[in-house]
Amino acid sequence: MTEPPQLAITTTTDTTTLCLSGRLDARGIAGVWPQACLAIGQVGSAALVINLEGVDYLDMAGAAFISHLKNLEKKRAPVPPQVVGLRSEYAPMLSLAEKTDMNSDFKPPGPPPSFVEQTGKNIWDIFSDARVFIGFIGEITWAMITSLKNPGRIRWADTLVIAERAGVDALPIVALISFIVGLVMAFQAAIPMKMFGAEIYVANLIGIATVRELGPLMTAIVLAGRSASAFAAEIGTMKINEELDALTVMGMDPVKFLILPRVIASTLITPLLTIFANLVGILGGAVVIVSLGHPLVAYYNQVVNFVTWQDFTGGIIKCFVFGILIAATGCIRGYQTARGPAAVGEATTRAVVSSIVLIAVFDGIFSIIYYYMGV
Amino acid sequence: MKKTAIKVRNLSAGYNNQAIMENLCFDIQSGEIFVILGGSGCGKSTVLKHMIGLIPPVSGKVLIHGENIVTARGTARNNLLQKIGVAFQNGALFGSMTVLENIMLPLKEYTDLPQDAIETIAMVKLGLVDLAQGAFLLPDELSGGMRKRAAIARAMALDPSILFLDEPSAGLDPLTSAGLDKLILELCASLGITFVIVTHELESIIAIADRTIMLEKETKGIIAMGPPKELKQNKSNPYVYNFFNRNPGTQKPETWKPEDLETKK
Repeated sequence: MTEPPQLAITTTTDTTTLCLSGRLDARGIAGVWPQACLAIGQVGSAALVINLEGVDYLDMAGAAFISHLKNLEKKRAPVPPQVVGLRSEYAPMLSLAEKTDMNSDFKPPGPPPSFVEQTGKNIWDIFSDARVFIGFIGEITWAMITSLKNPGRIRWADTLVIAERAGVDALPIVALISFIVGLVMAFQAAIPMKMFGAEIYVANLIGIATVRELGPLMTAIVLAGRSASAFAAEIGTMKINEELDALTVMGMDPVKFLILPRVIASTLITPLLTIFANLVGILGGAVVIVSLGHPLVAYYNQVVNFVTWQDFTGGIIKCFVFGILIAATGCIRGYQTARGPAAVGEATTRAVVSSIVLIAVFDGIFSIIYYYMGV
Repeated sequence: MKKTAIKVRNLSAGYNNQAIMENLCFDIQSGEIFVILGGSGCGKSTVLKHMIGLIPPVSGKVLIHGENIVTARGTARNNLLQKIGVAFQNGALFGSMTVLENIMLPLKEYTDLPQDAIETIAMVKLGLVDLAQGAFLLPDELSGGMRKRAAIARAMALDPSILFLDEPSAGLDPLTSAGLDKLILELCASLGITFVIVTHELESIIAIADRTIMLEKETKGIIAMGPPKELKQNKSNPYVYNFFNRNPGTQKPETWKPEDLETKK
């Protein structure tokens, strides 16, 4: 029953017979497929007969094989090939397989665009993406302004839940990162400073760097990884499930309904998390200084006397902007999710990448502004 | 006497050790078109997932060709899986591949066929479900019905001896749905493929099913078993009768006792 298929080719002056036998299924025909196709190419002017008397099993793969052989022969010769000896119970298989007209044009779409075309398209995409992004920011801002006139309409319950998820739940990871950054920076700075007997000034360095730059930046990057991605995935999944469409036809603006609570929550928690990150980062530095033999109070006095309220406020103001950027980017990327299962993943990746890029750019802008303001 | 393709023995089906169906026992013969019926949300798809080994049973077992699909390991499991094909409710096509590539995937993985042969076979399978013109589209460019048909074509890629179809004709237009029925009958007649189908389409059930079982939520079990034409006539069970005759009857399922049913085995 289960012998592998065999192909025998007999040629007389006016006919060539392909004699197939055995079990014609997907696994079996692998052996005879190339051979049979080759044989048809060499038939010449003789008529082709496909003899299936020895076939004891034929499934759809086998039927596809025979139909393929017939098609090859039809392309080559005007006379269609004869198929003989097929058991009657398998005849419907063959007719099913022949239902698909292989000669019609089911060709894949044209070749991929050339390098130049692709590059141009990519650049165009970047600009149109920027346009959409700016448009969205405008829409969110407008929604925020109109909601401020009527604060009762903002979904505060949602906002609190989101603030908890994005803020409170992020405390451990923010603490860990800030502590380690403070610790490592203090440690690295202490080695060269020791050569000048200026170890205690590590406190000044840690204090100013953490409060002005590292605290806000580390918090923002952690939030970009944690919350921007979550926002993009949530809203992206909602878009795929047509939940956004449902909101729209119910007359609820998705921007007000979904994006605004996220933006408000993120804008409120980013500065709070940053204050926390600042403290923990400075604590990380303290561990190093204390372990080098200085009293904790010396470290404290150095930090407090050196770091001004201006430094602190400058860092916190940045955080409001970072908070808006993170939430808006996450939501916009989620909103832009295309169709298909890979789309949510893509939207999430783009949310994280875009928000980190924007954080870096805006951090640079703030540095320049503060420099000219003399802060 | 026909061979038994699937044996379900004392199967309690459910998630997280919570059985939603208890003590199911039935056999499915080789070459039979077997339909699992039941009201919405009664656990038909869950029972199907137990039968294909995706969820381990709460208790009891499912044997396919005498082998337990849940406990089988290594080559035994692989061989078993190649004998079954599953078309999921939502298609479950791989989004990153074209429809044709989706169907070529199992053929590439399990046979030594040359590339053009794989393509030809996959094309023929697509032709069976009238989807040859959509071969080079991505799944998210297809309509729901097309996706469903593509999933059926993929389930048939390796010519399995048992095909599990979860709601194959939901969302298909009547012509395509009837075409699918015809295809199922033809495959069953000429290849002896066993079909296990979860569906609501009464017309199609009457037209193709050899036997059906009907599951019910409250009793957590089978409330009727037999050829659909008989069930449709049988008035001894009002719920089943109303189900088959599309009467939104006043009788609630709780009011009758499953012991009374003649059709229950």
